[in-house]
Amino acid sequence: MKTLTLLSLFCTFLLTSGINIEDNAAQFFSSGHTNNWAVLVCTSRFWFNYRHVANTLSVYRSVKRLGIPDSHIVLMLADDMACNHRNPKPATVFSHKNMELNVYGDDVEVDYRGYEVTVENFLRVLTGRLPPSTPRSKRLLSDDRSNILIYLTGHGGNGFLKFQDSEEISNVELADAFEQMWQKRRYNELLFIIDTCQGASMYERFYSPNLMALASSQVGEDSLSHQPDLAIGVHLMDRYTFYLLEFLEDIHPASKTNMNDLFKVCPKSQCVSTPGHRTDLFLRDPSSVLITDFFGSVRKVEITMETINLTDPIKQVEQNPVNGELQKEKSSYVDQLPVSEIIHQKPKQKDWHPPDGFILGLWTLILLVFFKTYGMKHLKHIF
Amino acid sequence: MAAHRCSRSAVLLFLCALSLFIVADSQETASNGGQRDNNAVDSPQAATETAERAVEERRWEASEAEAAADRQDTSAAENELPASVPRPKDDFQEELVIRPLHSGDIYASFQFRTVWETDFMKGNKVSHYRLFPKSLGQVISKFSVRELHISFTQGYWRTMRWGQPYQPSPPGAELWVWFQDSVTDVDGTWKELTNVLSGIFCASLNFIDSTNTVQPSASFKPLGIGNVTDHRFLRYATLPREIVCTENLTPWKKLLPCGSKAGLAVLLKSEKLFHSTFHSQAVHIRPVCQDWECKTTSWELRQTLNVVFDLHTSAQGKREWSLFKMFSRTLTEACPLASSSKIYIDVTDNPQGDQFEVSPATPLLSQAVVLGDRRTFSVYDLTQQITFGTVRSLNLLIRWKSSEGDMLRPLLHAERYVAGYGLQTGEIHTLMYNNHPYRSFPVLLLDSVPWYLRLYIHTLTVTSKGKDNKPSYIHYQPSKDRVRPHLLEMLIQLPPNSVTEVTVQFERALLKWTEYTPDPNHGFYVGFPCKEESSYFVRVYTEPLLVNLPTPDFSMPYNVICLTCTVVAVGYGSLYNLLTRSFQIEEPSPGLAKRIANIIRKMRGVPPL
Repeated sequence: MKTLTLLSLFCTFLLTSGINIEDNAAQFFSSGHTNNWAVLVCTSRFWFNYRHVANTLSVYRSVKRLGIPDSHIVLMLADDMACNHRNPKPATVFSHKNMELNVYGDDVEVDYRGYEVTVENFLRVLTGRLPPSTPRSKRLLSDDRSNILIYLTGHGGNGFLKFQDSEEISNVELADAFEQMWQKRRYNELLFIIDTCQGASMYERFYSPNLMALASSQVGEDSLSHQPDLAIGVHLMDRYTFYLLEFLEDIHPASKTNMNDLFKVCPKSQCVSTPGHRTDLFLRDPSSVLITDFFGSVRKVEITMETINLTDPIKQVEQNPVNGELQKEKSSYVDQLPVSEIIHQKPKQKDWHPPDGFILGLWTLILLVFFKTYGMKHLKHIF
Repeated sequence: MAAHRCSRSAVLLFLCALSLFIVADSQETASNGGQRDNNAVDSPQAATETAERAVEERRWEASEAEAAADRQDTSAAENELPASVPRPKDDFQEELVIRPLHSGDIYASFQFRTVWETDFMKGNKVSHYRLFPKSLGQVISKFSVRELHISFTQGYWRTMRWGQPYQPSPPGAELWVWFQDSVTDVDGTWKELTNVLSGIFCASLNFIDSTNTVQPSASFKPLGIGNVTDHRFLRYATLPREIVCTENLTPWKKLLPCGSKAGLAVLLKSEKLFHSTFHSQAVHIRPVCQDWECKTTSWELRQTLNVVFDLHTSAQGKREWSLFKMFSRTLTEACPLASSSKIYIDVTDNPQGDQFEVSPATPLLSQAVVLGDRRTFSVYDLTQQITFGTVRSLNLLIRWKSSEGDMLRPLLHAERYVAGYGLQTGEIHTLMYNNHPYRSFPVLLLDSVPWYLRLYIHTLTVTSKGKDNKPSYIHYQPSKDRVRPHLLEMLIQLPPNSVTEVTVQFERALLKWTEYTPDPNHGFYVGFPCKEESSYFVRVYTEPLLVNLPTPDFSMPYNVICLTCTVVAVGYGSLYNLLTRSFQIEEPSPGLAKRIANIIRKMRGVPPL
């Protein structure tokens, strides 16, 4: 009897703890990602597009504040506004008028800047097909458990986004790039935000799974800028990103706000344009997706009580120089401008190159003329 | 410690570029300069250097006057260290030199120097980094670099107003590298190196390719020790268009051992540094002699930052400067990892304190030979707690009392401009001024012009004082379209008190439409010639040129309208004509005589001909 009660108690205990473990496990693995990346692109050049750089930098600032490190952010700015000679306050980019908030800061790392921001480089970053000598900071080294945030801003139209006033990327190319990423398992979930005129056209053609997209305006509408600063002389931010930044400033790494709140950012009354979003390709329900799944880099930590023995500290091996090595040669500095040496410098041995096309053509002509005048039968006199 | 002192004083000879404030005394010849060098450096602890030429390192001769006394005491104490503690092989020193300029501006020059006795080239990889940054160490060992010099500059150094800089640098980015002899494919290694450096410094150095890389044959000799000077292993490139901003300063600061948290680097705030007339940051890596015997070598990493603050933008017109005004910070401590942390203020022009006054006053003074001129510096030693006083912070104040006094005219100076009109041809003029009253100097001029300005070298003329001046050495490598630029090196003797003018005509090329930048109407930058002078080794850069190339009209609507209208006109017009035109046979009109005859016949009533 006693053993039976004990056994039943034991079984119920196991059952309840089992359910708890399952709950915890479910919570632990709900989002399915282990690392976060962000690709933030500003595609406009010239001083009057200050607001696009300010847009990108404000998203960069929020993303860094919420935990994504610089090594996991690919920041592309098509022009330099902070140290532009027209900037009355150098090394600053403001997002609010009266110079309230400097989104450039003191600790910024721009990976692609100036002329490097091209459609080709952007697509190469997304698909990972970069030349082998590209440094790590310029690569998107995501894997199949990465959540990626992609933010684009600039001037756009129905179905395209303009890069640097000289080329465009179309929505079809973008959709194909995302499909390549899906095929190569380069993302777990992807959030795409675009702040341009007629931005919703850019996500119309997506067809890969696990994509969620937000845009600042529908097809046929323009995205408007927010407020000019009279001291700087240009518009500082676009409306959609301004209210997005306000929304993100309230998010902290532990907040539980979900995507539905993000869809409500900047209603028509504030934005004048109608922001849109697309979630049909996304497998999870947007209300269960946390903002910090994309904007932050929250590590899930498991606490363990086990003890680990560290190995012995590394002993520094003192290298005893062999006696023979002591007799090293005496080296010296080189003369910086040895005038006499330079004057008597021997001319460099040029590498031999095979004769160029022109010379070859000339010789062929000469030979042809020769053989025409003298005829082939005279060849035997030559050979 | 003893070894550091020895290495420091032994290294004094070398420098990348010094200027030329020659006091007009006849001792300033090469050999005598060298001897003065030795005298300056001979001190109880330092032995003579292997001085080959009269090149002075500005700071490292300093300190022999008064500060030597302190160090002797400390050296005695340090010699009592137990022998079992291994001498650390790396050493970090930081210093700031402030020089008030006659125009009211102020010139601040930071130098952070790490010396490490190690060998990157041996088989076993170096893996334990302490003060030397790991990213640069890996770059040196992976690409077999012997010397690396990279600089980012915003603004142009105005020699006539400010004198000569301690480290000259051209506007934009400049990179020159000497590779080791063991490298087999120098071009491939160079390409990879530029890509890696563009990632480290957040700059677009990956635009450096064969179209803007040159191999100078006589200039840019290695600044470190070494025997081989085969120019196949040297590569030099500049990017005049490169912008410098906080994103370049951030990784530069992260290379420092203390970062920007302690020591002199706390002063490096980007909002103040970029609000200046001239800002230049550089990284120099080279092998140096460990001691006076020069049997062992160590690697030296020097990070320098030069900035000139303008009187009107930073000081609101008042000739009063302080650390807080310049950098918006004051100093509270030295970097704990630094063996020496000092501030030097140049008070040579202020012997009795009548030009400007410096507070808080300091008893330490030191003298050094800088740029051929003996300068006096007031020294603030940040490793001593007494420097910070009771308020525990140091805010140096420099107040000008009088604004008289002329600046010594700089001896060597260069200018460059483009002459001509239109978008087809032009002429590049380079002017070199030698302001010394009776000495003439040999000067090596290095000019690298992009391929799209086709130089006509047969029009190259060098004139001094109106007469032709034949260079004693000319090395010219013509350009190849889209492959390499022009390279012109000439050794010219500049006569005393003269202006030498080098002119060459060029023609502008039409680029392919994909080769234009997104803003082609801005123009294209042409790099700057670099002048090197021999006896006191000086390097002078001139301004970059901005030339307009013939640019097609990229405006889309105009092109579309033109094309559409042409197609419509030709196509539709032809079709319309074909469909609606009808043909009638017509008699050819008779000649004049026949017409008169027909008229007469009509009058007569007879049928015409």
